[in-house]
This record gives sequence, structure tokens and C-alpha cells, in this order.
Amino acid sequence: MAAYLARRLVQSVLILLGVSLITFLLLYVLPADPVRQIAGRSATPETVENIRRQLGLDQPFLVQYGRYLWGLLHGDMGRSYLQKTEVAALVASRLPATLLLMLGAILSELVIGLSMGIAAAVWRGKWPDQVLMMTSFVTVSAPQFVVSLLMLYVFAVQLRWFPIGGYGTFAHLVLPALTLGILGSGWYARMMRSSMIDVLRTDFIRTARAKGLSRSRVVLRHGLPNAILPVIAMIGIDIGIFMGGIVVVESVFGWPGIGQLAWQAIQRVDIPIIMGVTLVSACAIVLGNLLADVLAPFIDPRIKLR
Amino acid sequence: MANGSVVSAARPAGVISRLAKHKPAVFGALVILGIVAAAILAPMIAPFAPDDQMFDGLTLEGAPMPPDGKFLMGTDLLGRDLFSRILYGARTSLVIGVVANGLALLIGTLVGLTAGYFGGWISAVLMRLTDLMMAFPALLLAICLAAIFQPSLWIVALVIALVNWVQTARVIYAETTAIAARDFIAAERTLGAGTGRILFRHILPHLMPTIIVWGTLGISTTVLLEATLSFLGVGVQPPTPSWGNIIFENQTYFQSAPWLVFIPGAAIILLALAFNLVGDALRDVLDPTQRGRA
Repeated sequence: MAAYLARRLVQSVLILLGVSLITFLLLYVLPADPVRQIAGRSATPETVENIRRQLGLDQPFLVQYGRYLWGLLHGDMGRSYLQKTEVAALVASRLPATLLLMLGAILSELVIGLSMGIAAAVWRGKWPDQVLMMTSFVTVSAPQFVVSLLMLYVFAVQLRWFPIGGYGTFAHLVLPALTLGILGSGWYARMMRSSMIDVLRTDFIRTARAKGLSRSRVVLRHGLPNAILPVIAMIGIDIGIFMGGIVVVESVFGWPGIGQLAWQAIQRVDIPIIMGVTLVSACAIVLGNLLADVLAPFIDPRIKLR
Repeated sequence: MANGSVVSAARPAGVISRLAKHKPAVFGALVILGIVAAAILAPMIAPFAPDDQMFDGLTLEGAPMPPDGKFLMGTDLLGRDLFSRILYGARTSLVIGVVANGLALLIGTLVGLTAGYFGGWISAVLMRLTDLMMAFPALLLAICLAAIFQPSLWIVALVIALVNWVQTARVIYAETTAIAARDFIAAERTLGAGTGRILFRHILPHLMPTIIVWGTLGISTTVLLEATLSFLGVGVQPPTPSWGNIIFENQTYFQSAPWLVFIPGAAIILLALAFNLVGDALRDVLDPTQRGRA
């Protein structure tokens, strides 16, 4: 276990190094010149050259990348070109909002998805199963921005139950978290359904039924604890999926997390911020996958870590 | 399998008759056919030119017109007929869906096949590369790439392919290693078959069901990614209509003219759903071991 963890951690660091190299390279060849953005249109060529030298952007690629890595080792992610703030501080100030949204999203995914899955398994093959599975297909086929706008239109514009965007109170969290919850529930529902169907087929469930326990008690007290384990293992993977998509939800709902930060930075070619957010997201994805793999043998003892 | 018959990609008749019993798949196939027909026949069906900014397409206050007898789906903020733009937008979605997904499938299959068959350092390098791609926040990467190149239809397709090949590569890799270890491949090698012959005549046909399933499901992912990029303004650029950029252009009106957001939105969901339904049914039919799984 310890050896496995050590090897996986080394691999994860290498992967993150690769992600940083590729992102840095992509941003280096970017045709949009960040210096022009900073200097403005009316700047003289001399000013432009000065800024370029100050930021170290006149150096060859490897020197720039080396400096960046050296900084990273010391916890320095560079400074934003336009806001003149430390990227690490900017990301740190935005991260709590994103984590809060992630928590809300995963909770609502689990509540919606698991209930759908359990109901579908219990009524397997009947119409509730068919309706629920069709619904799960619709949720995985819907783009985030359409569902976000739909939720805003119904619950914020028409019904006025929730604010139209922003951050601060629980009411602000409900719509974005619910949007992500609906969108992610499809996968959980399908996994929960197949897992529950497998469990309900086993002998100990038949015994429980034969003892005369009620159907709901058998499903919720005997079936659920067993069926839920493989589903829980998916949360790690889900963190990765969440991180991959926050740009859209955060910009539609005006949620001040790192996704919105990244989107604003992309529009202004603020490269250090784009780098920083990409790396932080990649960290979360790698950690989530690691978590899923490490949890697997605890959930199913037949799985051995190699 | 109910009647014990063997269904393979080599017997498409069996596949189609099995799919025909699968109601959601039939619905999906009909939706796809309908959208393809609408895209091809767009010049004939569309009541107006998609970029015609009509004088009577706006109210006296300059707001978009709601759906009525003349404008079936209303008009957009520039007074263009939404129905016509949706029809032409179907072309964009389908072209990107087919091109980007075809490209992603090609890259994914080549990477997975090469890594799975040769093993050793080739597999190590290629599979570490896919691990690396898996760690990227996909949408962020796509947005950065789309911002780097000036987005056009083909660039957007390329960007989506570069982001989307990874899953296919991993699945094909796993299957190829399993097939390559089987006796009939060793027998072929002993008989003197060259590497190219083994790869393309003996291994690839076994991968066809997987490729078909992932190819179908992948179109849905591609359509969603294109719509998202276009919605953010870094995808297909106006005036070329795409369902995503119709929403992008009109989102400031979404409170007073919701049809401008929700009609194209419904179109995106319908197309993605259709490919998901058909892909899922294909998985059931082509790969019985996967039946009933998520």
C-alpha cells in the first residue's frame, strides 16, 4: 500500500509537470500578445519592449519555463499581468467559492442520482424504470449552459425564488449547485441502478424478504449500504469532471470561483492566471483519480492495488 | 442473448433488426434522420435566408419578434428568422460532429492500437501521454486552444478532436492488449503474417464494435463541446449560424425573448440525446457482456 501510494504520487507529480509544460508551451505560442494588452493601443514600441523585458518575456522559452518552475517550487505562481497581484493569492481567494460549489454540486448529484437509481432498480423493467432511465439520458445529453439558463429563467426570472446570480448566501448556491446536480445525476442514477439490481439478486436479500421484512426496509437497510459502495468510489472521478466544466457554470451564475477567474483571464490574455488555474484544476483531477483508485480495494476487497 | 444468435459488425442486417426492437434507439435514429434531412434540405425548407436582417423582423421598439405565423420560431436580435438559422445551424453541428469525432476516433484508435499491440516503451510513452491528457481540465484546454488559433469551423473541429481522443484510446488499448495475447494472433505470427496484416486484418475487425459504439456516443460529446465553445464565443463565429452561437448572440435578451435561448438549446439536447440513445443501444446489441450496465 505504502509503496503503491509512493509510486502513484511520483506519477502524479510527473503528470502535473507534463501538464505545466504543455500549457506553458501552448500559451507561449499564443498569437495574441499579452504585452500589447498590458501596454494598450497607444503605447510606443519602446514602452512595449520595456514591459516585455520587465516580464521576462524576451527570454527564450526554456528560460521562461525554468523560471516558472523554480517559482512554483517556492510556492510562487507568478504575478497577474493586469491586476499586479500574486496569482497564488488570487487563486487562494477564489478557491473557497469553487470548493463550496463542488460540495453543493456533488451532494445534489448524489441525492438526485441515488434516488433515481434506487427507484429504477426497485421498479426494474416497469414504466418508472423506463421514465427514469430516459431522464438520465436527457441529463447527460444537455449542455451545462442551456440547463443553467433554464434554471435561471424558471426559478430566478419567473418565480423569483432565488437570486439571478452572485455569491454570499445559501440562496445563491442553490441554483448553480442544483444545475450541476441535475446534470451529473444521470451517471450516478445508472450506476446506482445496476449496482442495486446486482445486490437485490443476492441470497441474503432473499433471506431478509423471507423473514417477513418490508420491501422498503430490505431495499434501504439491507440493499443500499451494499449497493452504494461502488457508486461512492466514483466521487473521485466526478471531482475531475466537475473541475473540467466549472468555467461555464461559474460564468453564467456569476459565481466568483476559479472558473470565472480563468474565463476572465483568457479574455484578457492574462497568462499567469490561466497557467495557475489550469495547474490547480489538474491537481484536483489527479487527486480525485488517485482517491478513486486508492478507495477501490477498501470497497471491493477483490481488487488488489498493483 | 435471447435467441442465442451471434451478432457481429460483419452482419449488419442482424444489428439493424435488433436495433429496430429497441424503441429508444428507433426514436434516436428517426431524430438523427430528421436533423440530417433538415440540414441537407435547409435551402429548400428555410422560409428566409439565414443572414437576412429583415425590416419587419423587429418590433417598433427594435426587440425580437416572438414566434407567430410568419416567423415560426420568432426572430433574433438582428431581425433574422430563427427557424431558418436553426436549420442552417444543424449543418454546423453535424459537420463538426462528423469531422471532429471522426478525427478523434482516428487518433484514439491509432494510439490505442499501437500502444496495445507493441507494448514496451511505445505503450509506456503513448499511455503516459493519455494519462497526461486525462489530467487536463478539458473545457479549459479547449477554450485556450480555440483562443490561440483564430476560431473557424475547421479549427474548432480540430480542437475538439485534440481534446476528445483520449477515452477512445484507453478503451481500444485495453481491448487490443487482450486480443493481441490470444492464440490466433500468435498463430498468425508463426505463419509469417506481417505486423500490418495482423493489426489491420486480424485485430482491427475485432475492434469494430467498440469503434462503432464509441463513434456514435462520441458525436454526442462533440456536439455538446461545440455548442459550449460557441456559447462562450470561442467556437464557430457568427454570422455562420451554430446552435451554440445563436444562444451566445442572443443571451442578453434571454429574459424578454426566452425562445432565442431555449429553441436552439432544445435542438442541441435533442441531437445529443439521439446519438446517445443509438450509441447505447448499439452497445447492447454489439457487446452482450455490457448489457444492462451503466
